[in-house]
Amino acid sequence: MSTASKDTPLHIGVLAIQGDYAAHAKALRETGAEPVLVRKPEELSSIEGLVIPGGESTTFLKFLTRNGFLDALQSFVRNKPTFGTCAGCILLAKEVRNPSQESLAVLDATVERNAYGRQVDSTIQLGESKIPGGPLEMVYIRAPRIVKTGPEVEVLAERDGFPVLVRQQNIVAATFHPELSSDRRVHQLFLDLVREQRKQDL
Amino acid sequence: MTEQNANTSLRLKTGLAEMLKGGVIMDVMNVEQARIAEEAGAVSVMALERVPAMIRAEGGVARMANPRLIREIMTAVTIPVMAKARIGHFAEAQVLQEIGVDFIDESEVLTPADEEHHIDKHAFKTPFVCGARDLGEALRRIAEGAAMIRTKGEAGTGDVVHAVKHMRTIMREIRALTVLSEDELYAAAKELRAPYELVRMVAKNGKLPVPNFSAGGIATPADAALMMQLGAETVFVGSGIFMKERATPLDVENNPAERAEAVSRARAIVIATTHYNDPKIVAEASEQVTGTMKGLAVAAIEQEQLLQTRGW
Repeated sequence: MSTASKDTPLHIGVLAIQGDYAAHAKALRETGAEPVLVRKPEELSSIEGLVIPGGESTTFLKFLTRNGFLDALQSFVRNKPTFGTCAGCILLAKEVRNPSQESLAVLDATVERNAYGRQVDSTIQLGESKIPGGPLEMVYIRAPRIVKTGPEVEVLAERDGFPVLVRQQNIVAATFHPELSSDRRVHQLFLDLVREQRKQDL
Repeated sequence: MTEQNANTSLRLKTGLAEMLKGGVIMDVMNVEQARIAEEAGAVSVMALERVPAMIRAEGGVARMANPRLIREIMTAVTIPVMAKARIGHFAEAQVLQEIGVDFIDESEVLTPADEEHHIDKHAFKTPFVCGARDLGEALRRIAEGAAMIRTKGEAGTGDVVHAVKHMRTIMREIRALTVLSEDELYAAAKELRAPYELVRMVAKNGKLPVPNFSAGGIATPADAALMMQLGAETVFVGSGIFMKERATPLDVENNPAERAEAVSRARAIVIATTHYNDPKIVAEASEQVTGTMKGLAVAAIEQEQLLQTRGW
């Protein structure tokens, strides 16, 4: 980023095709970042990191497979920090099951859609994680399950033995929705990656 | 239910509504329509036996769809599936919860089962959406446990005029509350015939405590963009996608041309909803549409034939 200096607020894109992008934008504002809604591929050029929110991954794909959006997003994610929650996690994964579908294939993981059941099976749990500061609230809405991860992937939290919060270099992914809790530690963790990246770029 | 459990339950219910924001929820009457909706990028489908335009034309008692049909649709698509129960018919709602639908619409489009009471929606784990024409009605439904509000509009007409009227009314009444002083809110609650605590919450936050969607007469990409710009967070599209004449559906199962027409309408409305603030994209999307539902002007409907006056 040529315009960013050490102290300007982080400009974080939130993919706003559909889903809970407003909740993410609010969470980012609360953590001192500047959210930018991204609906078109050209809007990726002005941001330093990207959040892919919860929503319906099938709907996201309808938009991404038009106008070269998927390619643009793929090259962004390879170079800049990206944080995906729920549908966002599905989109990042290398392999998607139930059913299999296209993805950005940058996170070395296999994700199974709607793996915990339908809305009546949605739940809020408190869980341990590697993020300091005590148990983390995890809001699961028709959540996917990470069934397999590659060696590069660090597991930061689990539910019943399956990863629910993971990191692979510049990518953070959660199968739950930190944006729907008041605890901002997961967003902070992601913003730390963006800050780190900015330092390297300057 | 303890207060904490009630709060968790409401957060999960509105949580799913959050995931549906910025999208299109489509009425479907069979598996093929549900597949078209999903392929077009709908965020959810509403499983029905007859869309409102047909109910209006055919008359009779409109009830919850056969659970077998709903199950077939749930199996056919991966997106959330909604279904309608009659106003006050908590046994229909119990059936819908039992088969696992993701959202229940306590809907004025069906024939009401209770002339006084709506369903106690707190008693359910499955979230509910309810229609409203003004802020008071919206807050009464929220008090009963609704996790999402949609403007009623006038379903089955393809005429957006009352969706606009109801959205403008709700937004205007919300704005009006935000400038009242604390001690004026009691009288405001009385005027709105809504619980004081909810009125106070709206006055403080300048928005409903649950997502606010729009329904009832949305038939074109520009209609969807209009409702989103007026403050809707998602749109429901009923008869606008799969209807040909006023009460005749496109034959998407046997007629490829009519299937293509439904696909073109569904896609265009999905695109226009995401890019509602971008007239260039709404224009491009509109150009892709082949044919539009023949509408029915709301002004031409007799007062007693209106669906929106059901519910209280």
